[in-house]
Parts: sequence; C-alpha cells; structure tokens
Amino acid sequence: MKVNHEHQHSFYDEMYDENQALRDHYSSFGAFIENTSAKKLNQLQYSADKAQMAMGMTFNVYHDKEGSEKILHLDIIPRIIPGKDWNKINEGLKQRITALNLFLQDIYNDQKILKDKVVPSDLILGSKDFLKPCMGLTPPKGIWCHITGTDLVRDNNGEFYILEDNLRCPSGVSYMLESREIIKRAYPYLFNKLGVRPVSDYPAKLLEMLQFLSDKSKPKIGVLTPGVYNSAYFEHSYLAQQMGVELVSGLDLMVKDKKVYMQTTKGLEQIDVLYRRIDDTFLDPQAFNPNSMLGVPGLFEAYKAGNIALANAPGTGVADDKAVYAYVPKIIKYYLDQDPILHNVPTFLCREEKDRNHVLENISELVVKETNAAGGYGMMIGPKADAEEHEKFRQLVKSNPNNYIAQPTLSLSTVPSIVDNKTIEGRHVDLRPYVLYGNEVEVIPGALTRVALKKGSLVVNSSQGGGSKDTWVLY
Amino acid sequence: MLSRVANSIYWLGRYLERAENYARFINVNFNLMLDLPPDLKEQWEPLIMATGDHEHYKLRNSRYNMQEVIYFLAFDHSNPNSIISSISKARENARMIRENLTKETWEKLNETYHFVNKASDEKIWKKDDPRDFFEDVKSRILLLYGLADNTVARTEGWYFRQLGQYLERADKTSRILDVKYHILLPSANEVGSPLDFLHWMALLKSVTAFNTYRRLYGNISPSGVVEFLLLNKYFPRSVFFCLKEAEQCLYKISGANGDGYSNSAEKAMGELRSKLEFDDVNDIISSGLHEYIGHLQTKINNISNKINDNYFQIKDNFASQTMGQE
Repeated sequence: MKVNHEHQHSFYDEMYDENQALRDHYSSFGAFIENTSAKKLNQLQYSADKAQMAMGMTFNVYHDKEGSEKILHLDIIPRIIPGKDWNKINEGLKQRITALNLFLQDIYNDQKILKDKVVPSDLILGSKDFLKPCMGLTPPKGIWCHITGTDLVRDNNGEFYILEDNLRCPSGVSYMLESREIIKRAYPYLFNKLGVRPVSDYPAKLLEMLQFLSDKSKPKIGVLTPGVYNSAYFEHSYLAQQMGVELVSGLDLMVKDKKVYMQTTKGLEQIDVLYRRIDDTFLDPQAFNPNSMLGVPGLFEAYKAGNIALANAPGTGVADDKAVYAYVPKIIKYYLDQDPILHNVPTFLCREEKDRNHVLENISELVVKETNAAGGYGMMIGPKADAEEHEKFRQLVKSNPNNYIAQPTLSLSTVPSIVDNKTIEGRHVDLRPYVLYGNEVEVIPGALTRVALKKGSLVVNSSQGGGSKDTWVLY
Repeated sequence: MLSRVANSIYWLGRYLERAENYARFINVNFNLMLDLPPDLKEQWEPLIMATGDHEHYKLRNSRYNMQEVIYFLAFDHSNPNSIISSISKARENARMIRENLTKETWEKLNETYHFVNKASDEKIWKKDDPRDFFEDVKSRILLLYGLADNTVARTEGWYFRQLGQYLERADKTSRILDVKYHILLPSANEVGSPLDFLHWMALLKSVTAFNTYRRLYGNISPSGVVEFLLLNKYFPRSVFFCLKEAEQCLYKISGANGDGYSNSAEKAMGELRSKLEFDDVNDIISSGLHEYIGHLQTKINNISNKINDNYFQIKDNFASQTMGQE
C-alpha cells in the first residue's frame, strides 16, 4: 500500500526523511508496508480491532448503558525508535526522575531549594497540590515517585522535548503491554528481524519494585482502585492480575491500630504495600477530602506510622504542576549539578511580568495552558484558535496569571497511520515512556505512543479523538 | 480471599449456570413442540411457570407464544434472569474480579457477552428456528467450564465458583422437572400415553441425561425419571449430586475436617443433602412432586442466604469499627 507522505515537509516524520526516503530504522518495515496490499493491511487492522474487543480493552462511555464500551483505536503501523535515540531518552529520564525525587524529599522536609530561592516559595507552598500533612515525612526507602509516565514530543528539528512530568497516577501502561501482544500477532516475523526490545516483563518489574518498599520477606501487596466504573479500571485489574496481587477498593480495607487490613473470607489480613490509583486527596477522608467515598479512613495515619507503603507517595502532584515544570532544568542543576539531558519546551510563566507581556502580545502563536489541568482540557492552541478565543485567554491570563503558562506551538512529529481504511498518511504523535523507581531508576524500553487521528490535529488525548500505536524500541 | 471477590466469584458461577440452563430450557421446549400431534396447541407457558418468572412475565405480556416467551427468557433486559441479563451480570462480576481470573477465561466470557448482544441486535427470537443460538450459548459456557477445569488452581476461589454453580444447577434441575407439572395433557387418560412418554424423554434430554438414564434404568417411567433427576448419587446434574458437591465445597472453604458442620451454611446444606439422601421416590410422588420441588427451592434459597451471611456480607460493625478509630 502506498504511503502518502509528500506533504510532510514541515514536520519531522518518524518514517521518512526530508528527501522522502525511508529512514534506516524503518527500512524493513516501510518496505513491508509498501509491498503489502491495502486489503491485507485492512484485514490486519480489523483483526487488531477485534482482538481489543475480545480482550475487553475498553473504556466506558456511559457505564450503565449496554453496548457503550469503546476501544482506544490502535493503529497497526508501529512507531519505531532506534536504539541511539532511545539511549538519550533513557539517560535523560533517569536524570530527571532522580532530581524530581530529591526535590520532593527536600520541599517536604528541609526546603533548601526554596531557601536558596532557586524555586519561588509561594509557587510551592501556595500550590493546592502541596500536601501539608506530608511535611516532615520520608516515605519508605526515600522514594516518592515510584511510577512515572513522562510525556515527550519530537519537534521538527528531530529533538525530543519533555512536555509533562506525570508523577501522580499515570495511566496507559496496560495499553503499552496489550497493544504489543496484539501487534505481535500482526507481524510475527518482524519482531525478531528488527530486534524489538521486549516490554512484557513490566508487571514483574513493577511487582519487584513494590516488594522492595516493604522490609517484610513476603509483603502483601494490593492495587487500590476507585472501582469498576473508573475509566482506567481495565488497567487496574490488568496490572493486579499480571502481578498476581489483590485488587482492592476502599470498601475492602480498614485501618486498626494504624495498620491496614483487608476483609477476607477468613477474617482480617494485613496489607503492606498499596499501588494506589486513587488521587491524593481521595485516599483518606480523615486526612484529606472528608467527602471521599473511595478512600480508607485512617490510611494516612498508618502511612505516617510506616505501616503501609503507598506508591506513588501522596504529595507528588506538586512537582508535576505545569508552572513547576518550567523550573525542572534548574532543579536538575541544583541537586545533581548536571545539565539536563532532555530539554524542556521553552515555557513562559504568566506569573512573571516579562513573560506575561510576551504571552499577551504573541498569544496567537502560543499554546496557553492551565497549570493544573490535564487531559488536554483548559488549553488553547493559538494558531488554531480565532480572535475571540485569543481575547478570552488574554483576559484569563490577566485575571489569574499564576494559573497559566504558555509555550511555543510545537510541530509534533508524525508517523504514517491508516486513515479510514483507505490511505496511509502522517498523523501527529507524542511519546509516554514509563519509569520505575525502586532499587534503582529504570526506564522501560517501550512506551505508549498516542496519535491524533484527526488530520492536522495536535491533541492526542483519548478523550479528544486520540488513538495509539505500538512503540518499538530497537536494540 | 477478599469477601467481595468471593462474592463475585460465587455469583459468576451462578449466573453462568443460569444462562446455560435457560438455553437448555428453551431448546428442549422447542424440540418438544416439534413432536406434538398436529391438533395440539404449542405450550410455552409451562416454561415461564417453571422458571418462576411468571409474575414478571405478566407485567408486559398477555400471551404465551413462542416469540414472546423466547424473547423474555433469552433477550429481555428487564427480566433479571434472562440469558442476556445473566451473561451481562456474569461478565460484570468477572470484570470486578478480573485479576483473579485467567486471561482466557475473561476473554471467552467477554466474547460470549458480545455474542449474545449481537444475537439480540439480530433479533434471533424472530427466526423460525433459533436453536443454533441456544446450542452456541451452551457450548460457550461449557467451554468456560472446561477452561476452568483445566486451568484454575483448586484454591478458595475455585470452590466458591463451584459452590455457586452446583447450587444454581440443583435449583434449575428441580425446575426442569417441574416443567412436567405445568405441561397440560389433553386429558387425564393421557397419563402413560405416548405423548406423556415424549414429555418425560424431553426432560431427560434437556439435561443431557437421556442416554445415561437409559443405561441405568432402561424403561422410561415417571418415578424413574424423578428418582434419576432428584436423587441419583452419580449423575452430575441430579439435585442430590449437586448438593453433595456444594457441601464439599463449603467444607473445603471453611477447612472443617469432617467432624460435622462448622457454620450455619454448612448446617443448612447438610440437612438438605441428607434429606435427599434418605428420601424415597414413591413417597415424594404420592405426597406431591410439585410441592416437594417448591420446598426444595425454598431450602436452596435459604442456603444461599446463609452463605452470604457467613462469607460475603460487609459486616455492619466493619464501618463503625473503622469510624471508631483514633
């Protein structure tokens, strides 16, 4: 099937270079695509859709109505990353997560970085994600951000940039794992030939990391889920199943004498480590949001007493705020005395007058984002918005500058994707690799590649018409 | 094992068995109607009576024709016991405890759910002959049983599912037998006639018992069939066999070592099992089979409630204990 890639000149295409020739790491796969009939490719795509349905890799649209489950579209053309590019991502993420972990330990304890005025105090202490109850706390083994899913993008110069640090409950890793299983069925012989690095040991590594957090020889481990109606429930149950640990909800747990117990058919059984997929403030109605029905009363006291490890630690959200993001290069320099290996997207902080004026003047060329919104909401892409929208965001920025940042519009790289079973065209992608912090910091050689299925769209979020691709990291 | 998980596994077992039995009910009645003499009217009402869904049925339906009854028993979401409801609930329970199931089990169950929904979209009940669909439902559920048999470790979860499955089957086999009570013969003279004989044969076939019965009992007689389906010690769908297996599951779960019951569920189960062990088929028939079966179903419900009390209930003091901390 012919790949339509002539119009790609203004973007970095992952498969074709500027002379419209296949890049080296795509040569085998590109040849395969070009020599395979459209009919055959559509069949492969159809099988992949079917497999996703059968696996129940679905998210709920209306939870109580039949037949309303949707799959996250998985495009069968993989995103391939050569080993050389990956090594830089690997080193860069390790450095970044190490520094952010030191940062979290510092701001909840000595606050040296605030005293040294490297990061403004009010930005941290005034953040709604700064959890005062965590002050003076050192989590088990000193680890705060056990599981991270950092978002990266590749600009038209071919460089990778960090877009977002997701230090709270990053989701999507189950898609990375299950997509790989599905795509393996589509191209059984290509994997070996190309040397694609496996990701299937992720659950084993996750389990090892969680076990590391407890000093018991056989700690009892659970995944804490908000419940079956949460949109990421598939992932919660999937990970519990793959690790062979309990999947628990708040109702299954109780706290007694500052220890956490599960209610079992044989009475109460103590649990030592929770991989929690509930937001910080819903964890414990006694310590945080009193209206939370999802959490466990007394959990935070048990955590403070050192009787339960929580991954990620409560309080990490303060470090992945979009305004704090702008300071991460300085944070890396401060704690590690190193220059960042992976760069930030240049960021204008609307809280600073000079930056703010620049934003107000150039708003039509910038992307303006709310500092603590996620999922592609609360943002405006200047070049895609009209004058009315520009003015609306100008007013928003003026009235609440602390709440906004702005960045130049990035030209996200593209990967050819099957469009409407008819043509193959470039679609914009991002990259979310997963990092585990246990005995050491480890970047999993794979990722969730999200793709904006709409032509020209830069928004890859699943809630806004995004799909995904399997990501092949080569040796 | 978490109480919530045990509860879901138990109901997973019950709903799957329920769906399978409903598929059997419908097919056997369909087959039976094919054998009726040309001057006799089709009878679909007995199915509704036997499944115990008649109150519900009357809310929306006034007649008992084939299409309406099949729709109600197989595809009606408003009937909590229909095949589509049972499969949806089985899947919902499975989804809640997916981490406890093997990948294959989940996927096959999920496929079955989509299969039933597709059949519903295609309005299978309007087909002249919908039997293939019900055969498929049966095969898919039997496949799930086979998968479980060969892949699931014999630990607590296994016994909770078996417990649900056998209790449900005991109930449903008794209901199949009760179909005979509700099917009307043209006149009292027909008792023992070829038509009567056809009915009894159809009952046996619905639980895949015909050949086994033939080998063990030879001639088809009402007391033979009743004894076989209620009291037989070796046939895996007889009520006694199901109760005996379910009782063993309870002992495996509690770890009681054979010195008698250790909780109220085991007590109720043991009582009912031993009653069937010593009951005589002639006494059952002379005192009224229909009444006997009704009594049996009440006892089975009572056992299920006791299981709930002992293993699943989030105890009231659980919440207050939690709140009482600090």
